[in-house]
Amino acid sequence: MMLNNFLLLGAVLFCTGVYGVLARKNGVLVLMAVELILNAVNINLVAFGAFNHTIAGQVFALFVIAIAAAEVGVGLAIVLLIYRNRRSIDVTEIDLMKG
Amino acid sequence: MGLLRNAWVIPAIPAASFFVILLFGKRLPRLGSEVGILSLLASWLLATGCAIQWIRLPLDHESHLRAPVTRGFTWWHTGDVRIGAGIHIDGLTVMMLFVVTFISLLVHIYSSAYMKDDRRFTHFYAALSLFTASMLLLVVADNLLLLLVGWELVGLCSFMLIGHWWEEKDNSNAALKAFFTTRTGDAGFMIGIVILFFAADRTFNIAAINHAALDGHIGHGVLLVGAIALFMGPIGKSAQFPLHTWLPDAMAGPTPVSALIHAATMVVAGVYVVARCYGVFWEAFSIGNGGINLVAIIGGITILIAAALAFVQDDIKKVLAYSTVSQLGYMIMGLGVGAWTGAIFHLFTHAFFKANLFLGAGSVSHSGSHHSFDMKKDMGGLRAHMPTTYRTFLIGSIALAGVPPLAGFWSKDEILNAAGKNGFAVFMVVGLIGAVMTAAYMTRCVYLTFFGEYRGHGHPHESPPAITGPLVVLSFFSVVAGLLALGQKFGHWTLNDVIEEAHVPEFPFAWSAAFVGTTAGLIGITIGALYYFRNAGPHRLTERSTAARRGYALLANRYYLDHLYTGVIVGGIKGPLARAAYWFNQNVLDGIVHGAAAGARGAATFTYDVIDQKVVDGLVNGAGASAEESGGLLRTIQTGRVQQYAAVLFAATAIFAIALIRWA
Amino acid sequence: MVAQNIAFGVIAAAMVISAVRVVTAKNVVRAALYLIIVLAGVAAQYILLAAEFTAIVQVLIYIGAIIVLFLFGIMLTRAPIGQEGDLDNDQRWLAGLVALLLFGVLAYVLNDAFNGAQIRLNVPQTTAQVGDSIFGAYLLPFEVVSVLLLAALVGAIVLARRD
Repeated sequence: MMLNNFLLLGAVLFCTGVYGVLARKNGVLVLMAVELILNAVNINLVAFGAFNHTIAGQVFALFVIAIAAAEVGVGLAIVLLIYRNRRSIDVTEIDLMKG
Repeated sequence: MGLLRNAWVIPAIPAASFFVILLFGKRLPRLGSEVGILSLLASWLLATGCAIQWIRLPLDHESHLRAPVTRGFTWWHTGDVRIGAGIHIDGLTVMMLFVVTFISLLVHIYSSAYMKDDRRFTHFYAALSLFTASMLLLVVADNLLLLLVGWELVGLCSFMLIGHWWEEKDNSNAALKAFFTTRTGDAGFMIGIVILFFAADRTFNIAAINHAALDGHIGHGVLLVGAIALFMGPIGKSAQFPLHTWLPDAMAGPTPVSALIHAATMVVAGVYVVARCYGVFWEAFSIGNGGINLVAIIGGITILIAAALAFVQDDIKKVLAYSTVSQLGYMIMGLGVGAWTGAIFHLFTHAFFKANLFLGAGSVSHSGSHHSFDMKKDMGGLRAHMPTTYRTFLIGSIALAGVPPLAGFWSKDEILNAAGKNGFAVFMVVGLIGAVMTAAYMTRCVYLTFFGEYRGHGHPHESPPAITGPLVVLSFFSVVAGLLALGQKFGHWTLNDVIEEAHVPEFPFAWSAAFVGTTAGLIGITIGALYYFRNAGPHRLTERSTAARRGYALLANRYYLDHLYTGVIVGGIKGPLARAAYWFNQNVLDGIVHGAAAGARGAATFTYDVIDQKVVDGLVNGAGASAEESGGLLRTIQTGRVQQYAAVLFAATAIFAIALIRWA
Repeated sequence: MVAQNIAFGVIAAAMVISAVRVVTAKNVVRAALYLIIVLAGVAAQYILLAAEFTAIVQVLIYIGAIIVLFLFGIMLTRAPIGQEGDLDNDQRWLAGLVALLLFGVLAYVLNDAFNGAQIRLNVPQTTAQVGDSIFGAYLLPFEVVSVLLLAALVGAIVLARRD
């Protein structure tokens, strides 16, 4: 198997995720796009681990999964809080930092 | 050997005592103070035992040194990096252990009377115990990471203790100032630790780093950057110029805290780190070549500016605080000029007489001046009312002034001697000037406190034995501690392999230097005595001479450094620019206008109409308008929409990556 | 080897299509269901790379837990279940441009650096090895992650609580 196949797949997923983060209005959908980015990273980690014959790739992928779980938990809690305060989860409406 | 190998117990006892006091202190008959005192007594006895064992340790046959006792375990490891934790006991460590436990024990005893009926008595003792434990941990640590843990805990305890009476805004402000100022230095300190970690092949071990630095394993450029970064920590913690401003404010804490933390132990942590990592500093700054270097310069500047500031303080604790800053400058300068033994010997002796002076000042305020520290308003003439405090304070002052055979003379002399012999003549002169000033301001301080008429409104009396006891003990040590220099005993006991490997020169006692140093001290005392006791010399100078008045204002405002930090750096660009524009307008433009007007009224009108109204006003208005416009333009970018910011972020990352691929 | 390459191609194609649908779907629930396909595809790729433990964790945590969380999030924020066109903001074209730019850079770099590199799976990486290194060499990061999870737990409760 070619290492590059996996890396390019990761790159495609990453860029799709970036597009989702930038273009989506709904807060939950933005979080889903972040999951795509994290999975792209994980594919890279495991592929490099297999390529270099080191277990560290898998170990770090597992850490990333654990951190992703924490991120989704806190992220969804924030989305819920926004929804409760504004009756909407449209992230384009949240512009309190407007100069 | 047994005690030395188990020296980790010395910090462990006060650490345990911290938890015991915190959890059970309030239920104990003496509110936890007995736990603190007993644990410190145990620590001190063990430290003394360590010192005796260390001195009796046989010399190695080849190196003629006592081999350091080390012991450790793997603290944690991640990947293939193992981080150890352990103790490294050598002469320097043993000396520090003795000093810290001894001063801390006396302060614990003293506080039982001084802090009696305090609102947070138990909390105070818990914090004192934790402070002592962290300082001892810092001292025994064999690697920089463990040392950093102690270092930060010390800072935290200092914050808690300075702000002990936090109900008053000034006190909590002082605590915050101390914390933030030292943190400023700590940022550099951590960067330095990380640089040295990688430079010395991924180890935090201090001995390994020192040896790597000395045998040329680390490139000089990296070593220099690492040493400068590391030195930021001591500049903050040991209150060196320009981060010395926190220490005088830290006098807002209770007096025993000032004695323990801000005179004898915590502030010398910076000096200790420089002495401990001396291989790094020696090699990085090429101290052996007699060149001007950062360490010596910082120390020298600190000596002079702090000593000058001590003259204009009316608060007795602030005089002592500036004196501490100045004496720390001596130690740092000593390390910078290759006087390693002299510097740590000064650390040793200074701890005794400075703790003595601070506790004496506390005794004065406790029983003589109604909890005031103002020498001009509430003291004076206390000699008759408080004989023990007076005598011990006088001994401490003389020791600080450097009169033989008291402690301060021997250590100061050693630094000056080495500075002269190592080719640092400039710094020797700085040290001598500092010695004159030290003697003079201490004379002023003693005069204002103990002589003349009593100016307070209370009923001064002698303090209770729990306060005078420690004073007597400390003044005894202030007299005899210096005698360890005889026959270079102290130097032999503390000498370690790093100093030997670096070929730091050791000098025997020199009569010439001793004579010069003593003369400097006596001149200072004479000047002070003539000025205050005999009323000779130019009094009321500030009322007659503008230069003197300006100098006084400069000192009274502490060289405007606080203004620099709070005012100028915040609103800095606005003020001077506005003034410069005004000056330009007043002088240059008006000059042109007046000159033209003198020539011809018509030309003047022309000038007024065209140049002043159109060009100048145009420029001024234009500048304002363009600022407004560019602000408005920038404002449109600030949409507040995070996704736009993210788009710019990702695009910028991609473009930087392209640039990196293309040109690197 | 051929079988593995074919499997990779099929799974990767399904993943890419689904990923694109995740970020373009007009329906929130449907986007979540497409996300399941992508995550399952990632698990399948782990199997191809002989990382079976990570693959199982991927299925358990991502598909089992995180997707459920997402569905709860969708329901609690009362997003419309049927068709709804207005899920994208007005900078779609900018976003697409940035994503393409990033992909171009990444593809160029990867092609430049790892062209022709082969993965040889002759040394298997077992679950036992994973366990050994997590609780051996990487114990400290493991403990830190556990503290992080605790902090996230507390944080999520504090944020979402009605008071």
